[in-house]
Amino acid sequence: MELIYLLFILVLSVFLGFALISRVPPLLHTPLMSEANAICGIIIVGALIAAGAEANSPLTIILGTSAVALATFNVVGGYLVTERMLKMFKKKDTTQ
Amino acid sequence: MNIEFIANLAYIVSSILFAFGLKLLGSPVSARKGNILSASGMFLAVLATLASGHILSLQWILIGIIIGASLGALVAFKAAMTQMPEMIALLHGCGALASVFVDWTSYHVHGAGDMTNSITLYLSIVIGGLTFTGSAIAWGKLSERLPGKAILFTGQKIVNFAIIASILILGVMFIMNPVRYDLFLAILALSLFFGIFLVIPIGGADMPVVISVLNSYSGVVACTTGFVIHNTLLIVVGSIVGANGIILSIIMCKAMNRSITNVLFGAFNTVVKKQGVVEKKEAKSISVEDAFLVLENAKSVVIIPGYGLAVAQAQHAVRELGEFLEKNGCDVKYAIHPVAGRMPGHMNVLLAEANISYDQLMEMDAINPLMENTDVAIIIGANDVVNPASRHDKASPIYGMPIINADKAKTVFVLKRSMATGFAGIENELFYYDNTRMIFGDAKQTVQALVAEFKSGQH
Repeated sequence: MELIYLLFILVLSVFLGFALISRVPPLLHTPLMSEANAICGIIIVGALIAAGAEANSPLTIILGTSAVALATFNVVGGYLVTERMLKMFKKKDTTQ
Repeated sequence: MNIEFIANLAYIVSSILFAFGLKLLGSPVSARKGNILSASGMFLAVLATLASGHILSLQWILIGIIIGASLGALVAFKAAMTQMPEMIALLHGCGALASVFVDWTSYHVHGAGDMTNSITLYLSIVIGGLTFTGSAIAWGKLSERLPGKAILFTGQKIVNFAIIASILILGVMFIMNPVRYDLFLAILALSLFFGIFLVIPIGGADMPVVISVLNSYSGVVACTTGFVIHNTLLIVVGSIVGANGIILSIIMCKAMNRSITNVLFGAFNTVVKKQGVVEKKEAKSISVEDAFLVLENAKSVVIIPGYGLAVAQAQHAVRELGEFLEKNGCDVKYAIHPVAGRMPGHMNVLLAEANISYDQLMEMDAINPLMENTDVAIIIGANDVVNPASRHDKASPIYGMPIINADKAKTVFVLKRSMATGFAGIENELFYYDNTRMIFGDAKQTVQALVAEFKSGQH
């Protein structure tokens, strides 16, 4: 039953994704991609659980800590670089 | 109401913030607000997870966060705008590897569980593994640490087939008997190899598609990991990112007039197409001084940039030229072909960095109807995307590819080093048209010379 419920979420989210992304103009496709990278860093949620569980072996500590580091890299790098790019898109009146 | 329930409520709020963030990315006016909304959604998700009661020790988490955040900030501030494609490839790879590690930890601690769980775990490590190494190769090619050309060797097809077959066979064995740790590791190792073999045969010019496809995969991995650890937020976000990659891949393929299978597997069956016959006329060149006189009288100018412009670092010089033209009462626009850069939307970022107002950056479909009323089209560093052969010459390899109709302008200036052909190695008949004038030389120097003419003309 749980599988069906998760699949249900999956299908609706795919539709939501298509609806949202198709409205983004080509002008912003590069920031869109880095934004997607940033939110893909949501894997940090899984990584935190992996790294924060009771440490039962060196392997899980290494895997968990690396997962947290990699996911944080995505989140921080993704949002900052998106911000840097979006800041450059200016209209004439403000460029002068 | 327990703490887990509250954490899940917070996840719902996070998804709403992500969705609104992407919605606001629909316009350059609201995009920055969208980015901040999205980032606060992420912050909330992290807090909710930390408070959810699953976290028993913080020390390793803190170490991971400090390392990841400092490296992330460093790379984000240091990367030049021309390096954006490789930065994105790097982020794809890191996201995928993080997912693989989460899957692995879950398997190590809890085992694979029932059959549906073993299937999702299997899918997750296969896609995660190949996305990681595939992104690493794409990063290497884009940053020119690896040769950009398609790498082909004899027996490549057989090797690929053997890898795919082993991944499938081992997969079935693993799903039947998920306690086999050795099978888990073998599948992961094979998937890592497969990612390498998947991307090395793809040439540098096709990287915009590869990046978009890898973007989609990185979303799919987050999604499958969500199934493995039963986390709905991962599923929601992963599918949105997956959809993002699919849409961008389709846009890039359409712009290059190729199917996705042709881009990804095309190198294996390269057909040498017949070259369209170009009437060998003499291309007419024009001096900078004469070009200036034409531009001085122009009422409307469309500048068509290609990646060559970024290579020559001519963006700032071009912006200066545009400003002088505007002062002269001329209407200046920039026509951007979807594959003008190294990734979707890349050229827009490069021009925005040079302080060119974004309302002057026009998409191909928006600019084409205006080309007939344009006095001068200036082509800088672009070639195949303005080749009129794609409209009428069925023998040409680029027949059917959507182009910017530069040839419809009253006068066309082509800034070019020599008569050499473009990426696709195709002769461009536009150079021999009656209304075309070539300005030979380095793009940046030519534009600077034109700017100098305008400057001296003011006195």
